[in-house]
Amino acid sequence: MSEEMDMDEGGTVKKFMFVNRKAPYGTIYALEGLEVVLISAAFDQDVSLAFLDDGVYELVKGQNTKAVEMKNFSSTYRALEGYDIEKLYVERESLEVRGLNEDDLLVDVQVLSAAEMGEMMAAQDVVISF
Amino acid sequence: MALEVNGKTYETDEEGFLLNLNEWNEDVAKALAQGENIDMTENHWEVINFLRDYYNEYQIAPAVRVLTKAIGKKLGPEKGNSKYLYDLFPFGPGKQACKIAGLPKPTGCI
Amino acid sequence: MLHIINKSPFENNSLASCLRVAGAAKDHAILFIEDGVYGATQGTAVEKSVRDAMANMAVYALNPDLEARGVQGRVMNGVKLVDYDGFVDLVAEHDNVQSWL
Repeated sequence: MSEEMDMDEGGTVKKFMFVNRKAPYGTIYALEGLEVVLISAAFDQDVSLAFLDDGVYELVKGQNTKAVEMKNFSSTYRALEGYDIEKLYVERESLEVRGLNEDDLLVDVQVLSAAEMGEMMAAQDVVISF
Repeated sequence: MALEVNGKTYETDEEGFLLNLNEWNEDVAKALAQGENIDMTENHWEVINFLRDYYNEYQIAPAVRVLTKAIGKKLGPEKGNSKYLYDLFPFGPGKQACKIAGLPKPTGCI
Repeated sequence: MLHIINKSPFENNSLASCLRVAGAAKDHAILFIEDGVYGATQGTAVEKSVRDAMANMAVYALNPDLEARGVQGRVMNGVKLVDYDGFVDLVAEHDNVQSWL
């Protein structure tokens, strides 16, 4: 089945933004958010992800959860491209105050200023927070 | 639920998915396939091994659409299409192949 | 766009992040609810940042939550009070909503 067919059957495409603001392992938010994002891909919508505050820690390279015996879901962010989810926005200020930059992240992202992030958010049809 | 293979017991969930994917081996896969009425051919193994590699890399079982596209990329368009995969796994490559591969049910499987 | 804040500004950074992202832009509004309503009161360490934001955006607080916490008399000038019906109206009036959990 071609993607074009899916679009025709699916009707209106809306802009969905998933906002991630929590670090990965201390709470379940980040993992739950990622699962919702993966499920959302089945609906052929215009999906983007925003990472702010401690949410930027979800994307830090070199996570190894072996000793804490939790699932290392950081590799799953690299699967998003295969799900046609390619709009990943990271707020610059959130990176800076944590001593991070784009090279510390395990996927390609677009770094935005706080104001640009605000505009991006306002342009969505639906914003869902984790 | 549980599955017995070569005298060893493997725990599964209520739908027959292996609970501990580290316990998987080819004999377990064959037993799981038997439960699905599937005779494993080389083409089946190719998809199963692809799924296991995908899981190792991304820590998820891919949605069918994603699996189809990724197989097409790696094994060519004659294999990267729904018909080919559904011929191999009539009840859905996502669900059936993932089960035989010892993976959890695909995220985004609706 | 409507931004909803439901956490005390002294407990986490939701208000600070919201103001950073939305504070300078037009067409954004903030609604304080639950423990977030402390952010709408006078004499706090965050009062100035909320006042600065009020230059650009409308700021609302949910009156039942202010009353429950005994701070209805401490609300900053310029903050508009709403009841539950007003809350629903705000959500309906705006194109989209971000809840800063």
